[in-house]
Amino acid sequence: MRVDVSNPLWRFRGIRAATWLFFAYLYLPIVVLIVLSFNENRLATIWSGFSTQWYGVVLGNDDIMRAATNSLVVATTATLAATFAATLAALGMAKTRFIGADGISGLIVLPLVVPEVVTAVATLLFFILIGFRLGLTTVIVAHTVFCIPFAYLPIRARLEGMDKALGEAAADLYASDWQAFRRVTLPLLWPGILSGAMLAFIISLDDFVITYFVAGAGATTLPVYIFGMIRIGITPEVNAISSLMLIVSILFVTLSFLVGRMRR
Amino acid sequence: MTAATRRRILQIAPAMAIIGFFMVAPLGLMAYVSLLQKGVNGGVVWDVHTTEAYVNFIFERDFDDSLIVNTDYLQIFARSFGLSLLTAVLALAIGFPTALYMAMQPEGRRNLLIFLVTIPFWTNLLVRNYAWILLLRNGGLVEGLLRWLGLSDQPLGLMYTPYAVSIGLTYSYLPFMVLPIYASLEKLDSRLIEAAFDLGADRRRALTRVILPLAVPGIAAGCILVFVPALGAYVTPELLGGGKSMMIGNLIQGQFAAARNWPFGAALAFALLAIVLLAMMIYLMRFRRAPAAP
Repeated sequence: MRVDVSNPLWRFRGIRAATWLFFAYLYLPIVVLIVLSFNENRLATIWSGFSTQWYGVVLGNDDIMRAATNSLVVATTATLAATFAATLAALGMAKTRFIGADGISGLIVLPLVVPEVVTAVATLLFFILIGFRLGLTTVIVAHTVFCIPFAYLPIRARLEGMDKALGEAAADLYASDWQAFRRVTLPLLWPGILSGAMLAFIISLDDFVITYFVAGAGATTLPVYIFGMIRIGITPEVNAISSLMLIVSILFVTLSFLVGRMRR
Repeated sequence: MTAATRRRILQIAPAMAIIGFFMVAPLGLMAYVSLLQKGVNGGVVWDVHTTEAYVNFIFERDFDDSLIVNTDYLQIFARSFGLSLLTAVLALAIGFPTALYMAMQPEGRRNLLIFLVTIPFWTNLLVRNYAWILLLRNGGLVEGLLRWLGLSDQPLGLMYTPYAVSIGLTYSYLPFMVLPIYASLEKLDSRLIEAAFDLGADRRRALTRVILPLAVPGIAAGCILVFVPALGAYVTPELLGGGKSMMIGNLIQGQFAAARNWPFGAALAFALLAIVLLAMMIYLMRFRRAPAAP
């Protein structure tokens, strides 16, 4: 929509104020949480002074550190596996269209469509009934599944925006398929792969519902641990660890957007 | 089979294998489990096939094995529907003006605003809902603000009510409403609106007769994208709602925790999946050629 700002007819009254309210609603809880995480008071919502002590408490808690390690192991493994499968699939789906392509695209994004609770129940029943012991492995497998579409979509978009003539030029210059891929396609695709991998990583790091169902006793991830803490009560420790998770996610997503927008 | 086809199949195979084996097969198994009898101490009895789990949606077995109507579960379904619809309506009311404002900004500003809308989506849902506890609970920040403004000095009493759940749900899925509406408004040919102005329409008429009708595909996409995850929500009602605002997701989870009735849990999950797929299908059939969501 191109708007002639000098024309007063275009000034829809109130939408600017509504937008401000919208962003206030969207960010107020996040800001409040982060501010309160620096509150020295033991009572989490009564401000009595600035302090970073709760971050120290959180980082010194062995259980939290173990959960964080689990989260990192799961997210890293699932991201690598999902990005690998997604990159290959995006390459396979590119270029010409073929019969069944719609079906395959639908299957790849299926994890986005099915409600998380349903996926969680199905995966839990599957692992238990085929006799798989619940643990870190089951969590990694479940995460790989729902990470695939998040990695796939940016890679696919990047491939779609690529100039087909480049591949043809490589072929004209006697590059083999592999050389053309290695020297032309891959370098151009790299930002898409990186951005997809980072999105998959945060989605895995943040997942709660599916992990909550399929994690065995020793496979508590950070969100599952935080959920347990919230159940017990509102404490400054929860504020601190929650803020850390928020900040990590925001950093990652910002990075992913910057990489994804690198010149095409 | 040509070499190119063979390579294509090999490339797509890993993703298909992972999703097929660990997503499609489990969903099939879940549908099958919903037709089995529950074991005495949890688990299932493999060789007894029954529709008992689905009968349980509406009926309860009495001691003498007769069926009596039990509306507890229907109430939870109805509440989930009601709250999800309310969430979609609230998100639309809050989201539409924002989408319109965003679409009317210069290019660079738009991209920044889109980025700001998407950030919360990528942050932890659990943590964001937890933040609402800090705001809404008795003695929390909203109560403090109301007292400071002199509007109320009563305890807020909002936590663990359906109101808290609908605030949390709207908050959780708001970006899904704004982005598709923005996408359809952004593509809108502004000359159509100029034409409406030239023909004597005021802003209100231009909005209701030109902009809104052209934004319908985006609005429909937004409503589906908000309604569907809200219907399957687990975290928000678990944290912000109490026993009186339980939703389908919590009921399902309960079958695998305390209640230990797997077939019933599987049947509930299968019903939820069917509703979601149905909603998606109706949307696709009606708006197939419409501008897609981002």
